[in-house]
Amino acid sequence: MNSVFALSGVVLKELYRRKDIYVLFVLTALITIPLAFVTFFHDDKIVRYLKDVVMLLIWVSALVIAIGTTARQLHAERENRTIFPLLAKPVSRGQVILGKFVGCWLACGLSLVVFYLFFGLLTGLREHIWPIEIYLQGLWLQWAMLGVVVGLVLLGSVVFTAPSSNATICFILVAGILLLGGHLNQVALQMSEPSRTIVYTIYFLIPHLEWFDVRDLIIYDHTPVAWVDCILAVCYAAVYSAFFLFATWLVFRRKALNL
Amino acid sequence: METIVETHNLRVEYRAQNSAQPKKLAVKDLNLKVQAGEVFGFLGPNGAGKTTTMNVLLGFVNATSGSASLFGVDVREPIARQRIGYLPELTYYYKFLTAEELLRFYARIFGIPRAQADQRIDQLLKLVELEPARKRAIKTYSKGMQQRVGLAQALINNPDLLILDEPTSGLDPLGRMKVREIIQRLKNEGKTVLFSSHELGEVETVCDRVAIIKDGELKVEGRVAALVEQHQANLEKIFLSIIGYQPSAPATGK
Repeated sequence: MNSVFALSGVVLKELYRRKDIYVLFVLTALITIPLAFVTFFHDDKIVRYLKDVVMLLIWVSALVIAIGTTARQLHAERENRTIFPLLAKPVSRGQVILGKFVGCWLACGLSLVVFYLFFGLLTGLREHIWPIEIYLQGLWLQWAMLGVVVGLVLLGSVVFTAPSSNATICFILVAGILLLGGHLNQVALQMSEPSRTIVYTIYFLIPHLEWFDVRDLIIYDHTPVAWVDCILAVCYAAVYSAFFLFATWLVFRRKALNL
Repeated sequence: METIVETHNLRVEYRAQNSAQPKKLAVKDLNLKVQAGEVFGFLGPNGAGKTTTMNVLLGFVNATSGSASLFGVDVREPIARQRIGYLPELTYYYKFLTAEELLRFYARIFGIPRAQADQRIDQLLKLVELEPARKRAIKTYSKGMQQRVGLAQALINNPDLLILDEPTSGLDPLGRMKVREIIQRLKNEGKTVLFSSHELGEVETVCDRVAIIKDGELKVEGRVAALVEQHQANLEKIFLSIIGYQPSAPATGK
């Protein structure tokens, strides 16, 4: 595991030495801080709108960080040829994939911690309530979901030639699953065969990322989900992440190293 | 004497760009043995199969048939690379890291304990004269400095076998001298060095044995002194005659 953690350390160093993550933090802050202190028409519901906007920003920013960081990892190793001195060490291609996954996933986790702290402070200052448990659940489930996304993007990075095309396709795919994934079964019901079977198959095959979205519980101050359900959701995410990593390894182990 | 590097009927074929073309044969049934403590020069014109052979030894490319081993371990096993250092022809390092961070990263991969790694990093940065620039990002280094970082990373695990792919290409005379000194020092310490180079004078000075390949086939293998005596010529002339170089006729004209 030494190699895996060493590799993930390099991913984290790259992330905080690049400027894009700071840009995302600053943008999120700039957009949300004024909203926190402005009261429109003395409407109390404005706090919910504020929460909704901030949570959406957190979700979009986290997806941008996860997809953007992961998409360039293996491609940059091959393009800059840093993969050669790396694989000349006692490191297997599987460990490289695992190291990149851990690094990107930890990077997402760290970013989420900053985002949720910011969100908690902002809403706490305004509403004077501190629902720590639901914030922790939101963060934990979102982080698990990002594990699936990171795995998917890693697979994309050994399939697609350019990181930009990989990032775009993965972003559309993830956004599609988040927005439509949960409704595919209802869509299938209204279709005739063979389209119905095809859509149903897609419904059962895709990772249901929308199950990890507990934004509404946070925004409308609902009670948290049972922790058992959280653990089951994390196991579900782990299975999909493992599947994507295995598929990445299958493709990458035979892949020529130079682009 | 222990055999450090061994290839047995090693054959590497590359798929053609389109299916109509035949496969490209990069290495043809290559049999090589490098013994412990030797400095072994691996020579050949461009496209002869030197880098492909090295790529197989380093596990970058899988052989089509035959076998290759380092320290008796199949090169497909990552552990075969535990005792080797590799310096690529050009510098390929994470440019956002400092030299110190890069060496620490590789030390961690080798599982070198922290205290030992610190000591080794200090020694190596002094050896390659990068001590004053150790905290600077590699992207700010000159080409020569980057090559020296490369040399330091190749030595981080105190390797028993050093594989150098044209280590002096692109270096100024001082840099070349430094690399030569380091190879000599490693030889004196009983380490094994396998390197490819087009600098035949350098090879003649440093190497104990050489192998010359052309079109993936081994043409000659032997001790440098024996080859020079046998052919009554220096290594450059031997090399040119083996690869079939025909000097062009002097231009005639008014």
